[in-house]
Order: sequence, then structure tokens, then C-alpha cells
Amino acid sequence: MVWESVIGLEVHVSLSTASKLFSGTASNFGADPNTQANVFDLAMPGTLPVLNEEALKMAVKFGLAIGAQIGKHSVFDRKNYFYPDLPKGYQVTQLDFPTVGKGSISITLEDGSEKVIGITRAHIEENAGKSLHDEFSNESGIDLNRAGEPLLEIVSEPEITSAKEAVAYLKKLHSIVRYLDISDAIMAQGSMRCDVNVSIRKQGENKLGTRTEIKNINSFRFVEKAINSETERQQEIIEDGGSITQETRRYDSTKDITTSMRSKEIANDYRYFPEPDLLPVKIDESYIKSIEQELPELPDIKKDRFMTEYQLSTYDSGVLTSSLEIADYYEIVVKHCQDSKLAANWVTGNLLAMLNQLELDLASSPVRAEDLGCLISRIKDKTISGKIAKTVFDTLINSNLSVDEVIEQKGLKQVTDTAAIEELVMQVIDENPDQVIQLREGKEQVLGYLVGQAMKLSQGKANPSQVSQLLKLKIQ
Amino acid sequence: MAFDKSEVSKVAQLARIKITSDEIEEVESRITEILHLIDQMQSVDTDSIEPMSHPFGGTQILRSDTITEENNRDELQKIAPKVENGLFLVPKVIE
Repeated sequence: MVWESVIGLEVHVSLSTASKLFSGTASNFGADPNTQANVFDLAMPGTLPVLNEEALKMAVKFGLAIGAQIGKHSVFDRKNYFYPDLPKGYQVTQLDFPTVGKGSISITLEDGSEKVIGITRAHIEENAGKSLHDEFSNESGIDLNRAGEPLLEIVSEPEITSAKEAVAYLKKLHSIVRYLDISDAIMAQGSMRCDVNVSIRKQGENKLGTRTEIKNINSFRFVEKAINSETERQQEIIEDGGSITQETRRYDSTKDITTSMRSKEIANDYRYFPEPDLLPVKIDESYIKSIEQELPELPDIKKDRFMTEYQLSTYDSGVLTSSLEIADYYEIVVKHCQDSKLAANWVTGNLLAMLNQLELDLASSPVRAEDLGCLISRIKDKTISGKIAKTVFDTLINSNLSVDEVIEQKGLKQVTDTAAIEELVMQVIDENPDQVIQLREGKEQVLGYLVGQAMKLSQGKANPSQVSQLLKLKIQ
Repeated sequence: MAFDKSEVSKVAQLARIKITSDEIEEVESRITEILHLIDQMQSVDTDSIEPMSHPFGGTQILRSDTITEENNRDELQKIAPKVENGLFLVPKVIE
């Protein structure tokens, strides 16, 4: 039996406003417990919400970036449930009239093809606080710093059909919100979180199977693993003649399984009703237009530009525009070396490999974009060879010297002086009489060996094409 | 539309309101009365009237994204039954 997965994602990103969604309390990550929780956030009687204009603007920006209809009339609703980290006893969210309506994003699949994933809606809501269950024996600790922090919940259509697609979708969303600078979107810190709805059906069937929801997954890798583990579980149940129960599950990353959450934890009856403390939000066309003009160049457009302006492959352009930081870095390198292809090779190759190995992000790269640009221009003006450039690059990682200082201090300048090269070539000819004879007899491949010997003698500093030319000249 | 006793108990449970068995009957009849009122309102023809999201008909004013509140943790935690290390303590919530 061939099964097909049907996956829909609900992604929460916390909007990086200075203050909370409905109060003037600071909204930063990592503050001491409850130092960012004031009277409104604690739901003290008599306090009232006032909407943060920046949060609204960020939501509209996102909507425009995914080509969505912007709700000109959006309404906040109360979602009622009791939990200690939700002081008011309800979460303010948007049910029927969200700020962002239907839109879509396009993702690149493994085979390089593009797929469009529909986005059902994105609504503004407030975050709950944090409950700490393990630190006290008979009590739970409540930190309300996060309570009232603005969130954007982005709901996809059930159009994702594999764990890999789900990850590609998430990464694209991540990239878009980073380009828009509306969220840090750091999964490990919870500023981007993901709930996954999964069901399976026989391939070719139209009817959707019963779905389960896996809550609060906090890394790209775990999203992929959780989906794979959940689809396997569902397949086994159905193939054994059972049926799937619609329920909420959690992913246990240490055991790589999903487990059912107790039904008591999920109050399904939220008794939504319009939030009487807030009036409907009206947005007019001129407001939307003004935000549209502020939109930065987005990943897909930047990727197309990189392909035409820098003559790069689809793949390289995709890698270089996957994050705004990489794209900016690359463009500085190009500006300094005026060679877009060499710059692309160095950024996607040596640079990203080095960052990956040192587990650093680009912002803390030990090699600055200006330095890499300078390094590449030294290859181009033949001061150093490509091979020596790698040595310089490795030196830059651990020093504060400039590219030219490294070349100077380590004496790495390429030898282009004909007399010096002639000396090298003569030495190689003297030391390798057998190979010289072979070359004279027409064994061309020996030339490479002899060039290699000369390069070794020069400690990599000789210009290899000059060496090769001179060798041919002397031997023939 | 009518409301029966089990629905009263369910709604009371969701709202965390304790209703004793003596009270259930009265609550049931009161809620049913309200529901009748709603039925009556729903019989009015509203086809040509645009739905309202708020009785005052205004629109939401916005606040600039500035921090206007200070950290008042010490003061605010004085009224909490129990705090430790800056956290509010509540009866254990079973995960």
C-alpha cells in the first residue's frame, strides 16, 4: 500500500516589537522572571488593552510579503480557557476576521522544482506566560514575562505532503520573517514555534484521513523527525485494521516517538466571542500602500536578481539568498572583488563550511566580508594562487591581521619573477631525469607531476601556469 | 432553544463556577429564559443590516510601540500568596 501524508502547519512567530501587544511593558527575551509583567499583563481589574501599532504593521507587512488579502476590518476575539500562565482566563486572538487572509509562498523541493504552498490566514494574538513544573516539588512556578507578547500565527493549507516539504516551508517562512525584520524567529528560544497537523491517506484518494496535531515543536530537525515518526505510527495502525483517533500529541525527541497528551489538558470548548474591550481595527488602502512601499527586497526577488545580475546558478542564488545575512555578506564580497562567480564559490564553499564547523552564525564570522573580498582580489591580481588563498583564509580565522598583512608576514606572495621560476624549473629538470625523458617521448601527463614538484619546491608560491609554460619550453 | 441540566454543569465546569445540585434547576431556567430572549431577537429580519462587531460602532485606536511601564515586580508580588525566585507559585499543574 502506498500512503500519502497530508500535512498542515501552524507556525507562531513572536513579533519583535519593543513593547507588548496591548500594554507598554517591555517585551524582551531572557529578562529575569516577572520583571516584564505589569498590572495589565497580570490582568489586574480595571486595566484595558490598547493595540500596539507596530504589531499591526508587522502583520500587514507579512501579509503583503505573501501576496495575501489584508483584512480591512479585523476583529479581536477572546479564546477562553483556564491555565495559571494565562492570567485573564482568556487569550485575545482573531477568529473570524484576521488581519491577514489567504496568501501563498513558494518552496524549492529537493529536485530543484518549485511548489506553491497556500497560506490560509495569519492572525495576531497574544502569547501566554511560562509555567515551570520541574523546579518545585509541590508547586508550579509562573513567569509572566511572555504573557501578552505579540504573536503572529501563520496557518498553512494542508498542501504539504512530506516531512522534507514541511521543513522547506518552515525555512522559507523563517527567511521571509527575517527579511521583513518582524521577528528573531529563533526556534531554540521559542520566538518561532510550530504545531503540525498530520493525516495519511491512500495515494490518489481525495478524502482526508483523521488527523492528529503535534504541539510545540522547537527545531527544524524535530519537525522532520516528528512527522516521519507520526506518519509511521498512523500507517501501522491503519494497516493493522485500526483507526486514528483525532487528538493532540507531543513529540518525545529522546525516544523519537509521539505520545498522546491527556485529554484533560486540552479544553476544546474555547467559547470564543468578540473581545468587548477592543474595537474593530480598520485599515485603509493608503495605509496598506505606505507599508507596501517600505517592503524590502524579498527572498524570491533577490534570488532572481542574483541569477541575472551576478550570472549565478539557480542553486547558488538559492543558497546565497536563503538568509538576508548571507545575501548581504555576499554582496559586500562582490563589491570588493568584482568577481561574482569566485565570490559565490568562496561564500557557499569555504566560508559556510568554516562557519558550520565552528558552529558560528554569519554575524560572528571571524572573516569579515571586506576581507574575503580583498582575498579574492589578490587571487585575481595574481598576488597569490587559489591554493595559497586557502592558507590565508585559514590564517584570517584566527588572527586580526588584514589579508595583505597575512600575505606579507607569511611571505606568501606568488613568485612571478621569471628568473626565480627558471631556477626552480632547472632544479626540477635536474632532479627528475626519468620523467623528463618520458615527457620528451610524449607522455604528456608527466608534465603535471613536474609542475607539482616545482610548486612544492616553491612552497606553493610559484605561479603554476608560468611554471608549466617554462617547463614545456625547456624540455622540448 | 433550551438548556438542560447536563449543559449547565458542563458550562459551569468550563467557566470554573461551582453550582450545587440545589442551584442547578434555577440556573437552568434562567439561562433558558435568556436563550428565549435570543430566539426572539433572531426572529427579527436583519437581512439588510450589516453585522456589527461592537455596539459603539467606533474603531480601535492604536498605541505607539514605546515602553511606558516600569518593572514593579516587588510591589506587585506583595499581593501574591506565594512567590519564589521572582516566580509566582501556584498549586502544581500536572503535565
